[in-house]
Amino acid sequence: MEIFIQTLAKAIALGSIYAIMGLSFVLIFKGTQVLNFAAGAISMAGALFMSILIADRGFPFLPFTNPLAPADGETAGVALWIVHLMIALILAAILGLILERVAIRPMVGQPLFSMAVITLGLEIAIRPFNLDATAITGRSVGVPWGTESWELAGAIIPKSYVAAIIAAAIAFTGVYFFYRSRFGVAMRAVAFDQEAAMAQGINVGRVFAIAWGLGAALAALGAIFFAMAPWPPAGTVSLEIHPIWIFRVLPVIILGGLDSVAGAVAGGLLIAIFEIFAGQYLSQWTNILGPGYSTIVPYIVMLVVLLVRPYGLFGTEEIRRV
Amino acid sequence: MSFGRPLLRTSYEEDAAILPTWFQKGSAIVALLLITLMALGFGPLAAFPKFLLGNTWINPVTLTIIFAIAALGINILVGVTGQVSLGHAFFMGTGAYTAVMLGGNVGDEESWKACVPFHDNLGLLESQGQCGLGLPIWIWLPASGVVAAMIGVLVSPAAVKVRGLYLAIVTVGLVFIGLHLGRMLPEWAGDFESGRKWPKLDIRLWKEEAPLVELTEDGKWFGLIHLSEEQKQFFFLFAIMLVMLWFAKNLVRSRTGRALQAIRDRDVAAEVMGVPEFKYKRLGFAISSAYAGVAGALLASYNGRVSPIDFGLLLSVDFIAILLIGGAGTIAGTMMGTVFVELLPDMVEKFTAWLASKLDAGGPVGLIANFLLTEGGEGDFGPISIATVAPGWPMSTFQWNFVIYGTLIVVFLIFEPLGLYGVWLKVRNYWKGWPFSY
Repeated sequence: MEIFIQTLAKAIALGSIYAIMGLSFVLIFKGTQVLNFAAGAISMAGALFMSILIADRGFPFLPFTNPLAPADGETAGVALWIVHLMIALILAAILGLILERVAIRPMVGQPLFSMAVITLGLEIAIRPFNLDATAITGRSVGVPWGTESWELAGAIIPKSYVAAIIAAAIAFTGVYFFYRSRFGVAMRAVAFDQEAAMAQGINVGRVFAIAWGLGAALAALGAIFFAMAPWPPAGTVSLEIHPIWIFRVLPVIILGGLDSVAGAVAGGLLIAIFEIFAGQYLSQWTNILGPGYSTIVPYIVMLVVLLVRPYGLFGTEEIRRV
Repeated sequence: MSFGRPLLRTSYEEDAAILPTWFQKGSAIVALLLITLMALGFGPLAAFPKFLLGNTWINPVTLTIIFAIAALGINILVGVTGQVSLGHAFFMGTGAYTAVMLGGNVGDEESWKACVPFHDNLGLLESQGQCGLGLPIWIWLPASGVVAAMIGVLVSPAAVKVRGLYLAIVTVGLVFIGLHLGRMLPEWAGDFESGRKWPKLDIRLWKEEAPLVELTEDGKWFGLIHLSEEQKQFFFLFAIMLVMLWFAKNLVRSRTGRALQAIRDRDVAAEVMGVPEFKYKRLGFAISSAYAGVAGALLASYNGRVSPIDFGLLLSVDFIAILLIGGAGTIAGTMMGTVFVELLPDMVEKFTAWLASKLDAGGPVGLIANFLLTEGGEGDFGPISIATVAPGWPMSTFQWNFVIYGTLIVVFLIFEPLGLYGVWLKVRNYWKGWPFSY
């Protein structure tokens, strides 16, 4: 029973992180029709910004010290940590805005695949800088609760899990209400038909910028919550984070449907539950399934679902015309 | 004659020819001649690649030839049939492992037992090391293409069910499942990190001791001409590539090729015109995978030792980049893209080495070298590190190559969607009307 609760908590926490990343993908796809393969690079850059702010007490790219950061050897309080988190997210959003302006804006109206490959190029180009900044060893994001945990009916539940779930809930609520705001309606109009939206007086360029800024901030949020204690690479920003985003989150958004906010959350939770439970309860067959089999569970779930529902669980079916 | 008018055709035979104008025929013959002389080490000609790529230039060029075969395959699937696939590395891996299971020689009579997966766990057979039957190249090379094609046929129903970006991500899934199979089956794939040995490129009739045609040792070929090991492999692979190139070129301009292009342009419209969608998507996957399988087998056996990690997603991305930088859907563009993408890293490395040699030379070159390079001393600020140090801000040429590669993909897509082929078209059209602008 304890093992079941622990596994469930882990699955929901991982699902929350997947959901945050999925929301980032969906926001960018709905706004600009781009499948953002560069999310891995952007999210890792965001986590690195956080690490530079709070662990190195500096600012990325600037030779100043960060006056807010806690002194050497101390960890920040929760409130101070959240302030830093906000600054890191804003920096990530600025990175997203720059990328959108430089690489995505000139491609408006090009085929979907060309846009996706542009982001693949961005991913390859940014990755060395990220790997360079991590300098192989992992970097801390200065989590105030460290490795502490709560106990629930004999099961040990790390505080990081709860924090990730809260972050996902806030992100989902935020995105949900954003879609019902003025900007959100504009974004949906742009996603439906760029030219018609322009004719209605919507500034399409601004919608693109907002989608990329928010998408990049969400991607960074996901990575920061994955760089905490109980998660695999020793709870730090490390090289491991990078491939995880891109390659483990893709099944999530495909499963939920590329353009569905609810689908991102449902897909994230579903994939994480399959992945974590398979990792926990099938481990006695590891010698047949092979070591690390749980990492391909998301892909197998995705393949099975796609063959039944080709546009994901909640995705909009494309109407094919001659 | 049709000099300067590349699209003018005066007879049906001319229109149907692979190289329609005498200028194209002539330049193809001259190019073949130049490449042959270059590979034979003919002084002034060999100096050119030596200048760009260094003294061991024939190795990267041979690798480029193998990549060209695989790139022709992805061009048939993505460029001609329009089915976006990021799973090319998986099919290359399929070909490579078919090759090693048929051709790999472990010197063990019962090594076939290792070819049965999970025999340890099921308690059926005793473990016999690594799987390999020791068959000759004329069996394993075609077989690697055939097996990869069969896997491609198995995958192709997904292309009918799932479209566009969704299909691209399904094929990403294939690559990861392939990597996992490599981890699951050490009897087939060897150690996950270090891999296993591949059969050498030797032509034998059967399992006899002395090969019919020696490819992996220096010596006289057919008692005629003295060639080094690298040169022999270069000519052998170049011949295979020419055959594959000829087939691809013919496929694209045949009835089948036109059907594939109809599906790319609008699948529903193609079906209305009587082009069965599923049949031709299946064919596209089969042919593309066969190319990938042959290229994978050749790549692994040329390298001698390959691990499953080498058939990862980055390899697939390489081919998409080749296609977009070269120009999707065109054979000439694919070849240009392969040469550009595969040789650029070596050129950057050679250029950096050349700059490093000029560090103390003074003058403008020395200034540039000092500005760009860092040896790791105090106050040395260049962005490229040439000292062998741990990662840190001055990045090595290896890392800068990735930055250049990613930037190139972005730049080409933004400014020249038709790729290098589009650049060539512009140059050609400029000179066609010269001195007038059109």
